[in-house]
Amino acid sequence: MNMTADKYEVVIGLEVHAQLATASKLFCGDSIAFGAAPNTHVSPVTLGHPGTLPKTNKKAVEYAIKMGIACNCEIERYNYFARKNYFYPDLPKGYQVSQHTTPICKGGYITIKTENGGTRNVQLNRIHMEEDAGKSIHTMDDEYTYVDYNRAGTPLIEIVTEPDLHSAEEAYQYVTEVRRLVQWIGVCDGNMEEGSLRCDANVSIRLKGETELGTKVEVKNLNSIRNVKHAIQYEVERMIQMAEAGERIIQQTRSFDADTDTTFSIRDKEEANDYRYFAEPDLAPFILSDTFIESVQKSLPALPQALQHKYQNALGLSEYDAAQLCMDKATTEYFDGTLAFTKNYKAVANWINGPVKSYLNEHKILLEQFGLSAQQLAGIIELVEGGKVNFSVASTKILPVLAAESNSNAADIASRLNLLQVSDTNELEAWVEQALENMPDKVKEYQKGKKGLIGLFVGEVKKLSKGKADPKVVTTLLEQKLNK
Amino acid sequence: MFSFHSIKDYQSTLLNGQTTCVEAVSYYLQQIEAQKHLNAFLEVFTEDALAQAARLDALQLSGKPLGKLHGVVVSIKDVICYKGHTVSAGSKILEGFTSVYNATAVEKLLAAGAIIIGRNNCDEFAMGSSNENSAFGPVLNALDNERVPGGSSGGSAVAVQAGLCMISLGSDTGGSVRQPADFCGIIGLKPGYGRISRYGLIAYASSFDQIGIFGTQVSDVALALEVIAGADDFDSTVSHQPIPAFSESLQNTSPKKYRIAYFKEALEHPSLDTEIANAIKTLITQLQSEGHTVEPVAFDLLDYIVPAYYILTTAEASSNLSRFDGIKYGYAAKDDFANLTDFYKKSRSAGFGKEVKRRIMLGTFVLSAGYYDAYFTKAQQVRRMLQETTKQVFGNYDVIIAPTVPSPAFKFGEKSNDPIEMFLADIYTVFANLVGIPGISIPLFKHSSGVPFGLQVMAAQDNEVTLLQLSDSLLQNKPL
Repeated sequence: MNMTADKYEVVIGLEVHAQLATASKLFCGDSIAFGAAPNTHVSPVTLGHPGTLPKTNKKAVEYAIKMGIACNCEIERYNYFARKNYFYPDLPKGYQVSQHTTPICKGGYITIKTENGGTRNVQLNRIHMEEDAGKSIHTMDDEYTYVDYNRAGTPLIEIVTEPDLHSAEEAYQYVTEVRRLVQWIGVCDGNMEEGSLRCDANVSIRLKGETELGTKVEVKNLNSIRNVKHAIQYEVERMIQMAEAGERIIQQTRSFDADTDTTFSIRDKEEANDYRYFAEPDLAPFILSDTFIESVQKSLPALPQALQHKYQNALGLSEYDAAQLCMDKATTEYFDGTLAFTKNYKAVANWINGPVKSYLNEHKILLEQFGLSAQQLAGIIELVEGGKVNFSVASTKILPVLAAESNSNAADIASRLNLLQVSDTNELEAWVEQALENMPDKVKEYQKGKKGLIGLFVGEVKKLSKGKADPKVVTTLLEQKLNK
Repeated sequence: MFSFHSIKDYQSTLLNGQTTCVEAVSYYLQQIEAQKHLNAFLEVFTEDALAQAARLDALQLSGKPLGKLHGVVVSIKDVICYKGHTVSAGSKILEGFTSVYNATAVEKLLAAGAIIIGRNNCDEFAMGSSNENSAFGPVLNALDNERVPGGSSGGSAVAVQAGLCMISLGSDTGGSVRQPADFCGIIGLKPGYGRISRYGLIAYASSFDQIGIFGTQVSDVALALEVIAGADDFDSTVSHQPIPAFSESLQNTSPKKYRIAYFKEALEHPSLDTEIANAIKTLITQLQSEGHTVEPVAFDLLDYIVPAYYILTTAEASSNLSRFDGIKYGYAAKDDFANLTDFYKKSRSAGFGKEVKRRIMLGTFVLSAGYYDAYFTKAQQVRRMLQETTKQVFGNYDVIIAPTVPSPAFKFGEKSNDPIEMFLADIYTVFANLVGIPGISIPLFKHSSGVPFGLQVMAAQDNEVTLLQLSDSLLQNKPL
């Protein structure tokens, strides 16, 4: 199979639909909140009642531009919408208002991780705005389809790549990056299960070295990143098998069955609709000023890849640590917030990627719900770095308590719980004596030259002191005793 | 006995107690009943109108401030949405439909103290020039019941012509206000595109549609325009230009020398009735003798404007009328359909009338792949060229004058079998809609066949003031 697969090049283009996280719809004031009772967010405009007219939601335009800037696109100054005409019960007006010939964002790219650990820019064709359709529900009744128009008119951006992806894994990395980006800049909640982010994949194969694109198949409505990967994997294998068997691949629209990880045909392209696009006469064209675009640009947060670069180069963090911090914006904000109180960059990164993340996972909460303030975390780090408390005590004993007490600080908790390290020689000597007495055999072995056993003695002292003994002082004391 | 001359006179009789709003409404209700055979009204809002009248009378007694259209009895074309009332666009496809919101124009009328007495018959979806395309039967011209009142706003025109209301709102996509005004011997104003919000006006062709006003006095039309024009949050194509006090602009106008253009080709066109051509030529000479500049302007695009108009409007209409699918509201095929497509076909085939279907088919065709560039794109180019020409003309002239219609009101059935001939009769009116400028038809002339006909005056975008001033002067026969 691998030998066969090596003959072919896979070419994939992705269309990702992202529902914009605005309060209201693209062309009227109805709410777009998910999960409302069916047909409750439906004004006459949403329902396409005769005489109603659309009015563009400025926030949606702003969000589309945000995404365009984040993806390095050229922003179109003169914009208008077009009508895409077709009949379907979930399309209230009999046409979808979309941007046909003038997408608001042109070109651009999104940087993804490659399999060999590097990065690559995936070229975008465009990002354009359009309205979502309602939802047809086929499962409620044997005879009838029910339609919920709540979703109709929800603002979408469609992020369209060039045919510039070459494996299921790349597609997976790409959608992961798109999701991180939309969430990061706050234009979409990225929730694929609720349909906030949906993906269609155009897949084709060709012999390596061939310059013409092969016949493409469109796989629609992939509602998880896993499904994107699995659907493409299946589709590529199917196409290669067909090609190897000498069969002609026909242009089709297919759907993915997540239960079996296979795709099936829903229609042949020969039946394609003629959408009769023309400029939407109910909406005046809108012209974007440089000032407006600049103000949108200024409102953008630092983007994840730029931040990771900064963490590595300016703060000297490892690539792994920096990448971990940049998984989502809340984490970087927490990190940056903690740096206001301590300059131990490396320690802060370790704490956030280590004990903080474990605590969140264990308690199944988000960073936003975490009770430990950046200042409190910095306090813990200062204690550990100053040798007042050891790391494991700090992470297992101080952190949980502090997370529940927003008014306390790490030093208070350490002394209240009697966790401060003891470095007073007189106090430590008793534990050292006791430890050596507990293991006479090991003492002999040490004195015969097995110097590595020192750690064992230190551990014993730690145990006896319940973690309070300062390991540095204990080591010195032990060495003095043992080498007498 | 109640009688109406102008809104101004009527409102002073209200104020001095000679009459009341209730009396006015009762009078019109009787007139509507007496003239029922004209078929001008599809529905009379008897109770609502009387209740509103009583409320307004009480308001006057209470001494509270009164609206600009206080007590004015208005009818509206059956394409304008009035909350809680049936609206059908003269079509069967909206069977059982009640509007759940007010058109912006209706909202403004009511807020200014107007009384909406009923909805007027019209050609289905405002498509037609004779009112023969209504699903609810034709409207008769009150001056000659064998003749058409014009269309598509025939019911509104006849309502004013026959004294069944004071003013009426129609809609004008290619002449649907000016042409019936011409046929009925009244004033019909189509403001510039976007002057009046289209929110709540059932669309025929969105980039052409404009609500228009019928009246018997220029001052009444001007006052109504002043009230219902203006920016609107619900219509992004509406004009944001300030609204002049149109009614005041008619008072104390000092005599003015106008610069008037006319299209030479228009007056020489073979389709133009000789009497109409002569009447306008005579008027031109008279205006010149009074010291106005009246000059011919070459216009070689005349023969392209009707085709361009029908390509663009039917294209938009084919899309605008897609929403009438029988799923959400209106007429739906019952039980005898095999699947979804069959349901659409049966609902729309039975719901829409012949002319509407013709235009949907035509519009779908001109937008189809393979024909798009040859028809739709070409027509858009014509539209842009016309806009350029218009800009140039208004750089040198205040107004353009033209016939409103090439022939006077014709008889029922005379043209209904020849759609092309019917379309071509729009030759003088579609221009204003293609370029978005205001136009008015004023009843200046009488034809030997016994029916009146009008003069059309057009002005530059946002220059309704000049249009109204000149029209008022011409009608009052006072020195211009």
